[in-house]
Parts: sequence; C-alpha cells; structure tokens
Amino acid sequence: MDNIWEILPGLTDKLAAHVVLSASAIGLAMLIALPMAVWASRSPMVSRVALSLASLVQTIPALALLALFFPLLLSLRSVFGEGLPTLGFLPALMALTLYALLPILRNAVTAQANLDPGVLEAADGVGMTKWQKLTLVEAPLSAPFIMAGIRTASVWTIGAATLATTIGQPSLGDPIFAGLQTQNWALVLAGCFASAGLALAADNLLWVIEVGLARRKRWMTLGGIAVVALGILAAVWAQGAGTAERRIVIAAKSFSEQYILAQLIGARLEAAGYAVEYRDGMGSAVVHGAVANSSIDIAVDYTGTIWANYLGRKDNPGREAMYDTIAAWEARENGVKVLGRLGFENAYAFAMRGDRARDLGITSLTDLAAAAPQLTVGGDPEFFERPEWIAVRDAYGLRFARSRNFAPTFMYNALASGEADVISAYTSDGRIAADKLAVLTDPAGALPSYDAILLLSPRIGTDPDVVAALQPLIGAISVEAMREANLAVDREDDRKQTPKAAAAELAKVINQTVVGKR
Amino acid sequence: MTTPAPLLRFDGVICRFGAVTAVSGVTCDIAPGSFVALVGASGSGKSTLLKTVNTLVTPTEGRVVFAGEDVAELPPARLRRRVGYVFQGIGLFPHFTVAENIAIGPRLTGEKLPPERIAELLTLVELDPAMASRMPDELSGGQRQRVGVARALAGEPELLIMDEPFGALDPVTRDALGEKVRELHERLGLTTVMVTHDMAEALLLADRVLVMDKGALVADETPHALITGAGGEVAQGLVAVPRQQAERLAAMERSGEGRL
Repeated sequence: MDNIWEILPGLTDKLAAHVVLSASAIGLAMLIALPMAVWASRSPMVSRVALSLASLVQTIPALALLALFFPLLLSLRSVFGEGLPTLGFLPALMALTLYALLPILRNAVTAQANLDPGVLEAADGVGMTKWQKLTLVEAPLSAPFIMAGIRTASVWTIGAATLATTIGQPSLGDPIFAGLQTQNWALVLAGCFASAGLALAADNLLWVIEVGLARRKRWMTLGGIAVVALGILAAVWAQGAGTAERRIVIAAKSFSEQYILAQLIGARLEAAGYAVEYRDGMGSAVVHGAVANSSIDIAVDYTGTIWANYLGRKDNPGREAMYDTIAAWEARENGVKVLGRLGFENAYAFAMRGDRARDLGITSLTDLAAAAPQLTVGGDPEFFERPEWIAVRDAYGLRFARSRNFAPTFMYNALASGEADVISAYTSDGRIAADKLAVLTDPAGALPSYDAILLLSPRIGTDPDVVAALQPLIGAISVEAMREANLAVDREDDRKQTPKAAAAELAKVINQTVVGKR
Repeated sequence: MTTPAPLLRFDGVICRFGAVTAVSGVTCDIAPGSFVALVGASGSGKSTLLKTVNTLVTPTEGRVVFAGEDVAELPPARLRRRVGYVFQGIGLFPHFTVAENIAIGPRLTGEKLPPERIAELLTLVELDPAMASRMPDELSGGQRQRVGVARALAGEPELLIMDEPFGALDPVTRDALGEKVRELHERLGLTTVMVTHDMAEALLLADRVLVMDKGALVADETPHALITGAGGEVAQGLVAVPRQQAERLAAMERSGEGRL
C-alpha cells in the first residue's frame, strides 16, 4: 500500500483545481446572495421566497444536484449553441454556487433583521440616503454575521466539491473516488486529508476576518483577506501553468478495469510524447456524451452499453454485427472514432458461490429462475435500471425475494458473506476465478455482448500519431490478461497493486503477445 | 406686538396607517425661539406628528412647512441637518467612535468637523472632550444620550426635535439632562419641540404645551395656564397626576409621617 505522505505531494494540481472551483462558487454565491439579502430586508415576501428556494436546493443531495446540471446544460445548448460545456467546471460551479447560497443568504438576512431599530432610525434621522445607510451602517454592522455565513458556506463547498469528480471536473475527489473503487485506502485518506485540511484552513482564515470585522481590528480583516487572496491566486497560477497546452484527457468510469485501461492508454501516449490528464471516477452516463463533445478525448466503452443506452436497441444481432453497427453509428452521429476492440468482453453475467450453486443445483439462468423467489440478488447501483437486466428478467421470468445495490467492488464481498446469493458479475472480473464463482449460462441468449472498444473524440480521432500510439492495443488484451490485471487491483492481500502498476504489468503481457504474434 | 413668522407650521396634517388614523388633522404654528412640549398618552399620535417634521413619516394629507418651505420638497439630508433629532432609542452607531457619531450629519453633506468643534460640542453637553475617541459601548446611558444631543447639535440646526429624549434614563440623570437641554436652547437660540408623556417634565421645561388625544390637538396652553385649570378635561387629567404627587409629598412633609 502506498504511504499517504507520498501521495499528498502529487495532489497539488487537484488541490489547485479544488481551490479555484470552491473559491469561484463561493464568490459567485456572494455576488448573488448579498444583493438578494438587501432586497429581502426591504421586502418580507422576497425574504420568504429566497430563503425557501435556497433551503429547497439544500435538500437535494449534492451528488444529484451536480449530475442534474448535465441534462440541464445539454438542453440549454439549443439556446447557447454547441459550445456550451455540459461537463467539468461550468456545471460544477453552478451546482456548488446554489449549494453555497443558503448559509450566506440566511446569515445576511438574519443579521439585517436583528439590527438595532434605534440605530436604523438614527441613520434616517441624521439624513442618510438608503445607499449611505446600507454602506455606512447596515453593511458594517452585519459584516461579522455575514462572514460567519460565508465560513459555513466555504466548509460545505470545499467538502461538496470533491463530488465534482463525478461530472469530470478535477478536484480532490479524484483520489477519493479512485481509491474507493480500487480499495486503495491510502489514496482515499490522502484525498480526505487534503480536502479536510483545505476546509480547516479556509475556515480559520475566514474566522480571522470575521473576528477582525467584529472587533474592528482592521489589520486582522485585511491580513485575512490578503492571505485568502494569495491562496486563490496561487491556485489560479498553478492551474494556469498546467493548462497552457491542452492535454489529452482520458476518462475512467468508476471501476478498476477502467482505471487500469486509462493508465495503460495514458502510458502509451506519454511514451509517444503527449501530455495526458485523467478524469477518473466519471459517471457511466456522462462519459459517452463527454467524448462526443471532446471534453474527454479517450474512453473505453462497451458495445452492449452503447447498443442499449444510445442506439436504444433491444435486439441481439450477434457480436460482430453489433460492433460494426456501433462503429458506423458513432462516426456518423457523433464524429467519434471507434478505433477498435481491445479483444476482451466485460459482459454482464450472473455469478454465484460455487458451493451454493452446487447445493441448489443451479448452472443456468433457467435453473436460477426456479429458485429465485427464495434468493437475494445483488447488483451495482445502476444494474436494476439497465435494459440488460430487464431483458434477462423478462426472458427467464426472474422474480427474486429481494434485490440489493452494492458498489461493484463490494458485490463480491456481499456474495462471500451471504448478503447476496447471486450477483450481477462482469466476465472480465478477476475475482470470478479467484473466488471460484460459478457463472451461470445464458441458454436464451438474453445478455448482449460487451466488447471493450476504444473511443476517440472528434478532436483527436484524426490525429495519426495518437492512432499509431494506440493501434497496438487493438485486439491485444485477452479476457485472461484483463482478469489478472483486475484481480491485482481488486485483491485485498499484500499483492494488491495500484491501477498504474497493474497497467504496467498488463503492458508487458501485451508486448509479449504482440512479439509472439510476429 | 408683532407676531414673528412661524418657523414650523403644521397645516391640516393627517397620518393614516392602513385603517388606523394616528394623526387626524393637526394645524398649528410654532414660533422661532419657543420651547414646545407635545404631551399625550401612548398612542395619542404625538411621535407620529413629530416625525413628519424631519420626514421620517410622510403625512397622508396636509403639509409641514419649515422656515417657509414644504419639508416634502427639501432634500432629506439637507433638511435633517437643519433639524436636530434626539430620540429615546439614542441610536449611536456602535461601530463609530463618539467623535465619528457626532460628526456624521455634517459628513453626509460633505463637511468634515474639526476636532476642536467636536471638543466644543462635547463640552457643551458637559462631557470630557477626551471621550471623543471612545466607542459608544464604553459609555453610560446618560453619557450616550448626551452624545446623542451633541450629534443633533453638530449641524448647527435651527430646530431641535426630541422624541421622549430622556425616557430611558434614571430620574437624576433625566432631570439634569432636561435642565441642560433647556439651557442650551436659550444659549444657542434654538427652537425646540419635545415629545413626552410626562406632564411634569413638560410643565417644567417648556414655555408652551400642546396636548394630543386620539390624533387630535386638544389643548394649547402655557404651563401656567394649565396649572391654573385651563386646557380642558384631557389636559387637566394629565396635569392632575404630578399635582397630586406634589400634594401628597407636601402633606407627608407636614405630617412628618409615611404613606397617607
């Protein structure tokens, strides 16, 4: 296992992105909330509506709020044109800004409502205009309370910004999500330490400003503001230095195989002289759209997924016809280049513990259907919504006693501990062999094939050097090689590897195969 | 004897707040140099009427004329500099020093008060000029109201309006500050309108007492006339309270015993 202290220095670019994102969201929230609070203080109606809306936003889980901006921005493209980004910084900024509104708005409104009425009457009595009253009296007297709201908002925002990873915005969530999927706890802890440290630092700096405002200590206020400004500027500078030239962005959905393949692809491109960047832990639904609009350059997807989700097909014409149709469709509809099949399938399959399958006499999905009413089925969070599940369920008439959701990595633990009797497994998963699982046959052919295919965005799809660098991967990865690499990352003993190390091992296997073929 | 032009004129002033009529048609002239007390029970409309002078309240009907001009047509900042305002809430700005509080009115009209003038104003209200750099929360209640009076006088106003100015102070401070204000009124040649619910205070400080009841002006007398029975039922009801207190105190002194 990696040491946390060795991981932390490598997180500086994630930290810089995290700071820039959080600071922008809080800054924007202040720009919205403060004038709104002034308006609210003049009208109880506005106050009620604004606070209710801000509270309503707060009830939406941050993860859902972030994800909701993808379809929203996608639909807004009809107004603002195709250039409108649907992933990355913009939706993350919008979601986090909404999230930061409530504490700032509430504290500002409360502060204004609690101002001494005598002081306000005096302000009128000495002849202040509304603007003078706001700037000379209301704002300075409310400032410490507003600052307390900004502090709360900052801590929330810095925490919630880790979730921006799921919509392709680099943040300190990258190591957390990557670590969770590969059970690399050092990576998770490093990400948590960094974001918690950032939140604590921001909280304390803003506290200094708050105290400076409350006790009218100008040097504290200005000193605090100066340090905050320096921190943000440093982050902007660090980020700007890194993005002088656009790198090739490689996506990974949130499971081990994707992390390994992303590293494998990245290593090849780096060897060919390209600078690369990883967007790890992206939601499955957003990756495809991101490649089509070139906010991501390279992704590994699976034929069955694209077949059902994007072509909307329910039939099963067979492995070859499916691939050909998809390659043509991607080129025609999205300008996405399908470079080829990597060689292995990561199909859905149903797996049981070997001993349990033997005891119950189950070898096929037909057998399973008979025993299902007494059994619990486990699936990844999206499985029970997927057309593949609906197809299998309807083809065999599967009716389980219970169905439960698990993160992909934890499904096997659930099977081992008996919390699930049968799980939706993946055929490339190393733990099938390692755990001696029984994979149930599919006599009705209800499960489509899932060839791993390499997608290139319109931006780089025509670059011959990129194509040349990646061509050797096509048809080079056997399901056994992939299972071995996956197992190396997913296992929990001392032979556990990082995705990067597993990718390096996999690259050696591929080279031997390529050499052998020659 | 010629009557001087009034400094302040209420001309058919009516103030309604929704269904409530706080002031129901007051017409009255106030001569320059007079010290007028506006007396009435709570809810009689006296504070509302006073606030029409510096336009903190805008009359529903009628108008208020100050030095020949309708107050509704004067820029509020200019008007309020010429009309010093002292009220029970005091309302010192807690984030300003004493000096900044005193200088705020002139500052709003673009004038910076020199430290000597602030020292002079503090001396005027019998405060140590060294207090200029203090914050309001370091002062006692009486000291704060003295700063409030100094702030009202900082713009060299022609008219001083006071809304229950000493209501929150202890009796000793209250008496001393009342006498001080009366003395300043004489010395600076001010015209003063003071709202109070305390008839004794009105009788002792003012040279003209207006009594309000349910939004209307019901009496307009000199203190002497009120003491000798003029002004009608409501006014006499208010005069009766301090009179009876004084009689009971006098009787106590005569009999040399406690409670009668």
